[in-house]
Amino acid sequence: MSRNKFAERRLFFYFLIGISSFFILLKLFGIQVLDDSYKLSADNNVIKALTLYPERGYIYDRNGTLLVTNQRAYDLMVTPRHVKGMDTLELCNIIAIDKAYFDKQFSRARKYSRHRASVFVKEIAKKTAAELQEKLYKFPGFYLQERTMREYPQHSAAHILGYVSQVPDYVLKKKNYYKKNDNYGMSGVENSYEKELRGTQGVQYLIRDVWNRSKGKFENGKYDSLAVNGKDLELSIDIQLQEYAEQLMLNKKGAIVAIEPATGEILTLVSSPFYDPNLLIGRSRSPNFNRMYKDQDKPLFDRSLLAEYPPGSTFKLLNALVGLQEEVIYSGTRFSCDEGWRFSAKLKVGCHAHRSPLNLVESITQSCNAYYCNTFRRIVEKYPTAAEGYDNWRNHILSFGLGNFLNNDLYNGRKGRVPSVEFYNKQYGERRWKAPTVISLAIGQDALVVSPIQMANMCAAIANRGHYYTPHIVRKIAGEFLNDSTYTSPKYTSVDKKHFNKVIDGMERVFTSKHGTAKTARLKGIEVCGKTGTAENPHGDDHSIFIAFAPKDSPQIAIAVYVENGGWGSTWAAPIASLMIEKYLTGKVSNTKQEAFILNGNLMTPENEN
Amino acid sequence: MRTNKNFFANIDWTLVIIYLLMLLFGWLNIYAANYDEGNFKLLTMSAEPGKQLFWMATSGIWISIILIIDGKFYTTFSYLIYAVMMLLLIGVVLFGKEIGGAKSWYALGSFSMQPSEFAKVGTLLALSKYLSQLSINLQEISNQIKAFAILILPIVLIMLQPDAGSAIVFASLFLVLYREGISGIYLAVVALTIALFIVTVKYDQKVAMLLVAGFSALFAYLLKKNKRPLKYALLTLVMSLGFVKSVDFLYSDILKQHQQNRIDLILGKIDDIHGVGYNLHQSKIAIGSGGFLGKGFLDGTQTKFNFVPEQSTDFIFCTIGEEWGFIGSTLTIVLFVLLLFRLVILAERQRSSFSRVYGYGVATILFCHFFINISMTIGLMPVIGIPLPFFSYGGSSLWGFSILLFIFVKLDAYRMEVLR
Repeated sequence: MSRNKFAERRLFFYFLIGISSFFILLKLFGIQVLDDSYKLSADNNVIKALTLYPERGYIYDRNGTLLVTNQRAYDLMVTPRHVKGMDTLELCNIIAIDKAYFDKQFSRARKYSRHRASVFVKEIAKKTAAELQEKLYKFPGFYLQERTMREYPQHSAAHILGYVSQVPDYVLKKKNYYKKNDNYGMSGVENSYEKELRGTQGVQYLIRDVWNRSKGKFENGKYDSLAVNGKDLELSIDIQLQEYAEQLMLNKKGAIVAIEPATGEILTLVSSPFYDPNLLIGRSRSPNFNRMYKDQDKPLFDRSLLAEYPPGSTFKLLNALVGLQEEVIYSGTRFSCDEGWRFSAKLKVGCHAHRSPLNLVESITQSCNAYYCNTFRRIVEKYPTAAEGYDNWRNHILSFGLGNFLNNDLYNGRKGRVPSVEFYNKQYGERRWKAPTVISLAIGQDALVVSPIQMANMCAAIANRGHYYTPHIVRKIAGEFLNDSTYTSPKYTSVDKKHFNKVIDGMERVFTSKHGTAKTARLKGIEVCGKTGTAENPHGDDHSIFIAFAPKDSPQIAIAVYVENGGWGSTWAAPIASLMIEKYLTGKVSNTKQEAFILNGNLMTPENEN
Repeated sequence: MRTNKNFFANIDWTLVIIYLLMLLFGWLNIYAANYDEGNFKLLTMSAEPGKQLFWMATSGIWISIILIIDGKFYTTFSYLIYAVMMLLLIGVVLFGKEIGGAKSWYALGSFSMQPSEFAKVGTLLALSKYLSQLSINLQEISNQIKAFAILILPIVLIMLQPDAGSAIVFASLFLVLYREGISGIYLAVVALTIALFIVTVKYDQKVAMLLVAGFSALFAYLLKKNKRPLKYALLTLVMSLGFVKSVDFLYSDILKQHQQNRIDLILGKIDDIHGVGYNLHQSKIAIGSGGFLGKGFLDGTQTKFNFVPEQSTDFIFCTIGEEWGFIGSTLTIVLFVLLLFRLVILAERQRSSFSRVYGYGVATILFCHFFINISMTIGLMPVIGIPLPFFSYGGSSLWGFSILLFIFVKLDAYRMEVLR
């Protein structure tokens, strides 16, 4: 018996083979001919862009001392798919992490991709990395990727230099240049000269297999580019002076800014409390940063650029200069002082006991308040309305660089405030205030605030007898002097040169006169000119202020010193300024007793207070 | 009875030429998948292309032996060969080497042997022998059960390894029974089962039940129109609903996690190109990036740099797709269609039932491999790890397929000597 009566069922087989093949061909036509996206995915699979990292520029001080250099560090990378059968604990011990952290990082890497490498632990120091490298064969799926990390051989000038970290997301979003995990200058010079320092990344297109092994260059390197190293910077600061200033400010809060008047180059920029810049590199950066961020003394806050204090009595110098320029006083003008200036029973500005009346030079030497209340009143009342007179006074003050950004090359800054007519109109009402209403401006109080760097610049303008150069921190880029007219052309004040000498004489006598407010800080053999100040502080002890420059006739350094809660300007700020000046000009210190007093001084908030 | 001492007389050269073309093209792609600039050892026994040459040469020896042996040998020793194969399948579960969680291989020194590749030949011979008995009428349930038993024994043994892919191939031999007269209702039931499974997993039970109800109503209407009893529609309804109810259990408790994943991927329920979907995604990238003309021999980046897993065995089609493009893929498929059509044509011209059943069996097994293998690489089917006949690297599979095919070539050449 034959079953060939079912022969027609062969058609079913033809049909099955035919229809199956048809569907396969249809699908193949779709993915191979119609859909182009697979070609792109294939390229993404094999062509890996290898970034060639340029070396970040070094940073030197004005004498060629190396301040910032690079050190090798390593990121431990992981490709989860290739991880298997390893001693987790051993790896944890080598790189000093705990099991919980390991698990957290590992699940994060897995979430990112099982097939692509991602950073497992960042910035492992060279020594640990060397130890790990030897044992890496035990940990399949892990490898070390070299990167550079900053190193600060001088351990100082942290606020100036700033720090470098992985590029933050907000920069990544804004700037195309950066890729995740690139280095980026977060603050200080590292930030303001980021573009010069970072150089230009190169790129190399490589063909890679699934294990990320190189299989040669893509198209023989047709699209590759070389990395261009970052430029070296020479800062204007003198690191020895900077370190000395930091020692003097130890255990005190405040700021020191020193400027070379002839150029506007910043010689010293100290904010205290300060920290070792090496604290903000590598894996310890994050915990150290958090600790300092929470510190009640705010070591991360750069007081030299950001703190705004009233200038106090140092501001009398400007009022004297404006008075002379406006011809409302002359050098022989005398005002009497009866332990202060009395306007009415309610309005009075007190003064310390001294001989009366005083002339201009003496008023500076002894810092008489009444003299400046009278002077300020005359300046403002020279005009028909208080607003006009005040505005005229204000413009003179602004010409000394106060109340505005100096447009410098620093990472941070504050405008300070020289109150405008509108400011007082708002406070008191239009035409409802006069010179006596704002009389505290005569002695650098009221709503007037300036930053320490503005104070130093103001001092430099006086030292130069009427002009200043915008203070700046960088001297040379890649060996070339800065060639920006912002820094090379003088800015003139609205006070003529001829008016400065009498004021400067008064500043000299602050040291030399037996009545001088800083006579204890006098230096032998150096003609120093200065002015004390005390800023009223509603939160505690007054701030001690001093500005000075030297030598008198060819100024090489102008300095502003703020010591928070230091009381009189003569107590802390003046001796510190003197020590700084002598150190800078002669390289040594003669008054070691005073130096010891300053070095051992402690004005910090005790730990248990609060 | 005529005798012919020329072994090559009467053999079907079309089959032989297609076989040789597939072998050649397959080998070129194995070579390409292993190609690595600077590696000059590809043609030695330490690399796959070199080994495959050895398997091709030894397949030639097997073919010669098959052509020399008298055609009667296969009919005479069918059951014996079947018995030996079943013993080998039992043995591999007991003594086999575990690779990837399955005991499918005998380790013989540095070589491994996969008995299921040879068991296909044995099972098909036994089935052919049984169905060629004059007294067999496949309309009878008892005969159907015996025929099923021949197929189910190896399937059970293979599931013990476990090796779902091979089990499916054995199950496909059921199609041969259809050609030999079993009722079409069986096919309809299988097709309906698969469809219901897909619908239930992809959507949910409610949708599947709605479909079943609609389908049953239509069926009932057709039955009524033809004045046939309505009980068949009711039976379909009850059984279908019962099956839909049990799909959840089948899916969650019988299928393993990786099998569930593969099904979910194809049905678009999950999309995880870095995790469980990695293999399929990379496979499609390789094939898709080949474009119309392909990247050229040895110029495929995806397979050469190992982005595709199992690239010279189960995923060899990726290399074809990437380096030879749509043209090469089409050529491959055309070769298979020619081979399969030719097998059906030749099977139909056999004078003996034995040869015809065997011929259909060869066609069915090869079709099953061809369709499942290529479909999984392009995402038409879930990933089921079975080789592409004559293309994939591997000694057991090449030997197995060559023996399977050339026994039929011999039977076909010998057909005129069979007495009806």
